[in-house]
Amino acid sequence: MLDRLKEFASNFFVTGEPMIYMSDVAIVLVSLAIIFTLTYFKKWKWLWREWITTVDHKRIGIMYLISALLMLFRGGVDALLMRTQLALPNQHFLDAQHYNEIFTTHGTIMILFMAMPFIFALFNIAVPLQLGARDVAFPYLNAISFWMFFFGALLFNLSFVIGGSPDGGWMSYPPLTELPTDPGPGENFYLLGLQISGIGSIATGINFIVTILKMRAPGMKLMKMPLFCWSVLASCIVIIFAFPALTIALLLLMIDRMAGAHFFTMTGGGNPMMYINLFWVWGHPEVYIVILPAFGILSEVVATFSRKKIFGYASMVASLMVISIVSYLVWAHHYFVMGASAGVNSFFGVASMIIGIPTGVKIFNWIFTMFRGRVRMTLPIYWTMAMITCFAFGGMTGIMLAAVPIDYQVHNSYFLIAHFHQTLIGGVVFGLLAGLYYWWPKMFGFKLNERLGKWAFWFFNIGFYVCFMPQYALGFMGMTRRVYTYPADAGWTSMNFTSTIGAYMMGVGFIFMVVQILYSIKYGERDLTGDPWDGRTLEWSVPSPAPEYNFAHIPEVEERDAWWEMKQKGQSLVQLNHQKPFEPIHMPNNSGRPFIMSLFFFIAGFGLVFNWWWMGAVGLLGVAVTMVLRSQERHDSHYIPAEEVQRSEAALGRF
Amino acid sequence: MSTAIHKSSHGSVHESPKYKGKVLPLEYTSHEGPLNILGFWIFLATDLILFGCLFATYFVLRTHVDGGVTDKELFDNITSFTAETVILLTSSFTSSLAIFAMRNNNKKRLIGWLIVTVILGLSFVGLELREFIEYYHEGYTMSRSAFLSGFFTLVGTHGCHVSLGIIWMISIITQIARYGIDAINARKTFIISLYWHFLDIVWVFIFSVVYLTGVVS
Amino acid sequence: MKTWWRKGLFLGALGLLFLTGCSEKYPLLDPQGPVARKEYHMLLLTTILTGIVIVPVVILLFVVAFRYRDRPNSKAAYKPDWHESKWLEIIWWGIPVIIILIIATVTVKETFALQYPPEKKEPITVEVTSLDWKWLFTYPEQGIATVNYMNIPTDRPVKFVLTSDAPINAFWIPSLGGMQYTMPGMAMRLWSQADEPGTYIGKGANFSGKHFAKMSFKVNAQSQEDFDKWVEEIKSTKPALTNEGYAELSKQSVVGESAYSSYPEDLYMNILMKNGGEYMPNHWMMMENQKTAQPTK
Ligand code: HEM
Ligand SMILES: [Cu+2]
Repeated sequence: MLDRLKEFASNFFVTGEPMIYMSDVAIVLVSLAIIFTLTYFKKWKWLWREWITTVDHKRIGIMYLISALLMLFRGGVDALLMRTQLALPNQHFLDAQHYNEIFTTHGTIMILFMAMPFIFALFNIAVPLQLGARDVAFPYLNAISFWMFFFGALLFNLSFVIGGSPDGGWMSYPPLTELPTDPGPGENFYLLGLQISGIGSIATGINFIVTILKMRAPGMKLMKMPLFCWSVLASCIVIIFAFPALTIALLLLMIDRMAGAHFFTMTGGGNPMMYINLFWVWGHPEVYIVILPAFGILSEVVATFSRKKIFGYASMVASLMVISIVSYLVWAHHYFVMGASAGVNSFFGVASMIIGIPTGVKIFNWIFTMFRGRVRMTLPIYWTMAMITCFAFGGMTGIMLAAVPIDYQVHNSYFLIAHFHQTLIGGVVFGLLAGLYYWWPKMFGFKLNERLGKWAFWFFNIGFYVCFMPQYALGFMGMTRRVYTYPADAGWTSMNFTSTIGAYMMGVGFIFMVVQILYSIKYGERDLTGDPWDGRTLEWSVPSPAPEYNFAHIPEVEERDAWWEMKQKGQSLVQLNHQKPFEPIHMPNNSGRPFIMSLFFFIAGFGLVFNWWWMGAVGLLGVAVTMVLRSQERHDSHYIPAEEVQRSEAALGRF
Repeated sequence: MSTAIHKSSHGSVHESPKYKGKVLPLEYTSHEGPLNILGFWIFLATDLILFGCLFATYFVLRTHVDGGVTDKELFDNITSFTAETVILLTSSFTSSLAIFAMRNNNKKRLIGWLIVTVILGLSFVGLELREFIEYYHEGYTMSRSAFLSGFFTLVGTHGCHVSLGIIWMISIITQIARYGIDAINARKTFIISLYWHFLDIVWVFIFSVVYLTGVVS
Repeated sequence: MKTWWRKGLFLGALGLLFLTGCSEKYPLLDPQGPVARKEYHMLLLTTILTGIVIVPVVILLFVVAFRYRDRPNSKAAYKPDWHESKWLEIIWWGIPVIIILIIATVTVKETFALQYPPEKKEPITVEVTSLDWKWLFTYPEQGIATVNYMNIPTDRPVKFVLTSDAPINAFWIPSLGGMQYTMPGMAMRLWSQADEPGTYIGKGANFSGKHFAKMSFKVNAQSQEDFDKWVEEIKSTKPALTNEGYAELSKQSVVGESAYSSYPEDLYMNILMKNGGEYMPNHWMMMENQKTAQPTK
């Protein structure tokens, strides 16, 4: 009995690696510390009432943000481990298997568990406020989205200490990831973690489309909407059409692995190409899902900090929409060298380049928004400038990759790695950081310290170029991606070493950012006006942080930059409070069910990972029960009485 | 009931049962009504793409029989899948009759037609299960060939959708029985009927792309 | 401001490195055959065409941001409501359209050109099979086989026919140009050619499991006579590759170089067929490869 238990434990828990023992200990300690703190300060109830059961978009946004930053940390540690291994040739810091696991978790985490929740954080925080709405269209569903993401990410990350990490790359191509060549549970963690969080993403897509189409303040025509909302609309349209393909790709691979089917196997008539198609039908649009909101953020930031209207609004909207449509027609550029005919490759190559056109237009429009403006050099504008610069060159190398004959040479080389990091870090992350600094005061009611922020900025930026420019060179030297080491005579040492230095500089940048946040929590400049940047859109018309109901009175919108125009006319929402009587406000109820339902998904997922069918069944049954309970629910909203709204506005100094 | 809800000032443009001069159907009169219905349409679009991907996979793998049974041989029992088709089409019709009864504010009829729809749905699932079990006994399982993997997954996914719809519909029937036809129940009923029609359309594709093509080829 | 300069300097230095770096270390910038050369020219062309727009645009960004930065008593113009100009917008929809049009035209032309052998000479065929974690090269015309290295004649088109008896990989010889995936059950074609005798490094370019990093191989290009001599030498000195030998070889392992005087005639076809070749679009190969025996299945 004991022996069997021992054997089970040694398979169940990942063993043999000092690093993993260390993180085991760290995880246990941190968990104990959290439990202790919560118990000691009697905060359990608070946690449940204020956060776990919340359906408030602002709080959900904050939870997304915290998760994204944590995942950025985990993915970043993965990155530093890889760069350390590659700094010099023939190192044994990581062995082959370990390296393979780390690049797999790094890629997956950064795209699905860092970039996605980061954009969702900003969707949640900014969109309802910009639209003049009191919440999203489906607050309950919004909570489900978050908890599905949360438990999906948890399941995926659990693989580090239980069962073993996935090791098939973030694209997880079969037949490598089929049972014969990848028997461990790691790959199952990948499939189920992504599946569970993917369901949440589809729900978010639907939620924000309806929010944007139906919940705008009176008078806000679509063409008067802030550009960030347009970019969210574009991104969500891409989500709802792209994510089902991922769902199917993951599902079929899971059926292959768990039921012995033959979708993508080498035997039985399977066709691995089919997975690769399905994956990229999602995979390419996915990169646009994350970059489009970054474009939207830039448009807001550039206009606000130049104190000028955005240049070429209609062009901006058109280019967002063109990008979202064309992004469906380019997926095969990820495998030009997989035997497609010259005709097919030409089509997908040219379609890919076409995306460069609207992107170029956006850059021109941003520059001309600054032109004849008054550009305030604050952190959001720093990151904006960095993003435009970096992304312009990332787009340039993208066009080179889309030129098919070049891709015949640089596909799967470090050139490709440099390209997509330039677009994903230089584009997405820089853009999101601009948004983070921009909306931070709105979320938390204080600004982040500029000095520390600039240190972070320069370390991160210079580090970025030091890290990734050498990788273009490595691509030209013929270094392929995903090798865990290289021979000393390859001539790759100096470039790799430089690249590692850059990576550590970015790590230092990240630490500065953490210090900046901690410092600012205590000493940051408080935002008492609700409008610290002299903003243009409605989120700056309410206090920071916004009250639960956002707007005591929904403003009537007449112009594009609604808040800016109101200020020009000497109006404000405070006047509205005096002019109109307060009315009861209709708000959604909190609910613990989204959390519990997602927890059941997690239980089901965990069971399936280990092929413990009973546990999978229990989990799915729990999901079904919570769904029926939801269906039986008839009233999930309440009214905040007018007097209470009045009291709260008075407390905020607005009445 | 509904008047209390649509007094809300939740930022919605639909503030009264009248919208742009037209009287709205009951299901649109609550605050959530129009939002949920639009949201559900979008959900159906995503579900359609989901099925689209399964159809594409099936189509690619249709001939990959690995020396085993082909579609022509597998679908020799024409009556079975024809019966499934007729039953599901009929259930789609009865769910429309249910909505019709709802419009006429006839609670009994509404419940009656919904129950008929559920029964038809159950018999559809039953027949399909019987078909699958039969195949299983003949050794035609998912792990035999890529073609069979594609077939069971596509048709099985549809079957799961139908089963889920049945549970959902029963849950709604109990609510209508208790609370009658109000804005909330009208919305729920309308949405499940959308879902039901959608599954019907998907089945028509399965019938033609999978079964008919198989028999004819 | 100062640090922007430093960044510029660094980028400039890096650019110089690229320009001066056309040595052995940069096989992509130092093509050794007509295919790689075509691809290299394409690289230069797109770099220039995209560079002439993007570099000025980025400079413009910084100039504008600097000139219109917010400072007390700024003399620069300030027009907070100026937000539209039809002509300006037509210009910047136009510029990228033109650039992309040129690049797209060249891309299509070259993509089609690369389908065909680089020269009108009798090609030599090498069948490539990627295994876990090694490369098997079989020469249907010569009847020999090698592992983890290959010899090819110079000045003559080489037709690589690629497949895999293991998870997907990709075949890449940076100096000679072109890459193609090796897919189980599929026989894919890649044209190549070497100008000069020399030894080039080839790589497995698609992740295929634990020891993927060990999947590089040597390509020795040599004159036709030397090549013929080499074939004779292999034939006379090396053992034969049997089906059992192949079964052993195809197990997961990392091995060194080796060579075989012969191999089972239907080996390649059998590899294709057992991995689902009958379902894949391999007809062109079945027709072209008359010399290869039909599958035994
Ligand atoms: C003008 C715009 C762009 C073009 C023309 C372009 C083109 C390409 C092409 C052709 C590839 C495939 C290269 C190969 O696998 O050999 C590629 C890869 C990639 N691109 Fe882009 N791209 C553009 C923008 C972006 C953006 C905005 C992002 C992300 C935000 C992005 C992220 C990626 C990623 C992640 C990959 C590689 C995925 C992988 O293989 O792991 N690209 N790009
Ligand atoms: Cu792409």
